[in-house]
Amino acid sequence: MAILINERTPIVVQGFTGKIGTFHAQDMINYGSNVVGGITPGKGGAQHLGRPVFNTVKETVEQLGAEASIVFVPPAFAADSIMEAAEAGIKYCVAITDGIPTQDMMRVKNYLKHFPEDERMVLTGPNCAGTISPGQSMLGIMPGHIYIPGDVGVVGRSGTLGYEAADQMKALGIGISTSVGIGGDPINGSSHRKILEKFEQDPETKVVLMIGEIGGPQEIEAGIFAKEQMTKPVVAYIAGLTAPKGRRMGHAGAIISSTGESASEKVEQLLDMGVTIAPTPSAMGETVAKVMASL
Amino acid sequence: MDIHEYQAKNILAGYGVKIAEGGLAYSPEQATQRARDIGGNVWAVKAQIHSGARGKAGAIKICKTPDEVFTAADELLGKCIVTHQTGPQGKVCSRLYIEAGTDIVQELYLSFLIDREHERIVMIGSSEGGMDIEEMAERNPEAIIKIYIEPAIGLQDFQARAMAFSLGLPAGMLSQAVKLIEGCYRALRDTDASMLEVNPLVINGHDELIALDAKMDFDDNALFRRQNISELRDKSQEDEREMAAADRGLSYVGLDGDIGCMINGAGLAMATMDMIKLAGGEPANFLDVGGGASPERTEKAFRLVLADDNVKVMLVNIFAGINRCDWIAEGVVQAVKKIDLHMPLIVRLAGTHVEEGREIIAKSGLPIIMAETLADAAEKAVAARNEIVAMAQGE
Repeated sequence: MAILINERTPIVVQGFTGKIGTFHAQDMINYGSNVVGGITPGKGGAQHLGRPVFNTVKETVEQLGAEASIVFVPPAFAADSIMEAAEAGIKYCVAITDGIPTQDMMRVKNYLKHFPEDERMVLTGPNCAGTISPGQSMLGIMPGHIYIPGDVGVVGRSGTLGYEAADQMKALGIGISTSVGIGGDPINGSSHRKILEKFEQDPETKVVLMIGEIGGPQEIEAGIFAKEQMTKPVVAYIAGLTAPKGRRMGHAGAIISSTGESASEKVEQLLDMGVTIAPTPSAMGETVAKVMASL
Repeated sequence: MDIHEYQAKNILAGYGVKIAEGGLAYSPEQATQRARDIGGNVWAVKAQIHSGARGKAGAIKICKTPDEVFTAADELLGKCIVTHQTGPQGKVCSRLYIEAGTDIVQELYLSFLIDREHERIVMIGSSEGGMDIEEMAERNPEAIIKIYIEPAIGLQDFQARAMAFSLGLPAGMLSQAVKLIEGCYRALRDTDASMLEVNPLVINGHDELIALDAKMDFDDNALFRRQNISELRDKSQEDEREMAAADRGLSYVGLDGDIGCMINGAGLAMATMDMIKLAGGEPANFLDVGGGASPERTEKAFRLVLADDNVKVMLVNIFAGINRCDWIAEGVVQAVKKIDLHMPLIVRLAGTHVEEGREIIAKSGLPIIMAETLADAAEKAVAARNEIVAMAQGE
């Protein structure tokens, strides 16, 4: 078990034949992900990396049974690709693309709401490193070898900080059920809370590590869910203690624009909600270890 | 991306929003000429800087004669204006907007912004205009009206009417209020603005609604399709180093500390800065060098950090994913040799090919301090910094 993807999940790559798509598709194949084909409009019928290329996502769902997709399409066209995947019946889509206009993402989110909840495609990202269920499947651009299989669920906004957490946990012999990057944009496919809901349902996940940052309401929303509806313990680290108000720290969404969005305010509220806080970013692994030992 | 008040007003006027008559001036002479052209007997001389709260900072002056306009313009041009939004370094005023005085009967507040919780554009209004919205929210949260806009169908008339009535506008002003509100919304939507604020929106003695101030901020991710907006960029209002970084595809934010940072990934960069703070130091900057930290990119990043004279030590923290540590180490060694770095450099590498990376640095013969973990790196950086400060004090 794991959430979102496992070793059988049939994966297609949107933007398959491009430079970035090709590089990461190969990396996913090497990891053992079940990549069954890809989409590049206009190149349908060709073979790429030993797999068929199609013009539309719909064809890959019908002919290859595609269930998950990963988007490497440039920012100007990425929103369109995500909506195409949703319409085609893809169940889970990871958008890697960085730089999608916010209004485009608003349209995407609005579009997804037209589908009944049980048929709605799950979207994570954009501007993320993807999702990995270690030892099973990698749907992303992360270095797969730093993750070991286990029973900690990880959800985070940042790619490299997620690697840091995986590395700390690996050093302590702690493995991961699934690690999900939700991306650094102000409007994203799935919130921290949405992913916590999935980890709560997953019998294999015992503890969840949430790696948040300054800006936006999602960490607090997740904290409320953890307090009110979760049986599993949640550990959190919030990055950006030194970030000044009103300045964008790299991620489009990492900006303190109103009260309650700073790291210290989020930490304070999460503590009140019973979330265990990793006091420093280098203590993410050991804090998870402590919580696991207390189970 | 921010723009000036006069630019925002220009955009709004194009969408049928009423503004006071005004003109741009770069000199006191031009300012008086603008005042004469506009006519009347009262003018506002408004410093054009990328900041709100200009009134309190004395950057908006009401003048009754052309001579007063001259004096006000002379005082404001070239001045570094500090508001509570600019930070202590302030912003230099090099343009003025001269505007006809408006007889204000009432001040209202109207803004549009992207609400991250609802993932929609929210329209915010208040019958108490003129002050900071956060202040207003604290003082009297009930006075703030919020209306959420469905992205696919956009702002509807009934919503604009609801806002007008909530603002307490009389029935006779309804149609002009709806026109103004919808004009503002279309301006935001059509330009990919992430924020539009009219504060104050005023009612004048002729029962007209006028946008007395206007502020717009744009989604940087959408500038590629908004050529006309990109052209409004005023680089003199932006931090030189941040701009230089952006031009090189790096993400940089200057801060007040003295430990220079170079890190890959925004989250890890923030976390490293946190770690420095927790170890008792202060970071000089945020710098995300991104995924592809090539030798050229590394060198550019070093130069950028070192352009800040406050920097006493450098900390490099790279978690190599797709990139390999050996390759990054090579880049760091090359950059340090080329730049001829004369300050302690702490390097922490992790991830793919980490052993090879460390070996390259060890064999380089450079006095680089290697760190094992994030905490180790921060502690070593702070220790090196403290040593330098102690030595300087000892001299």
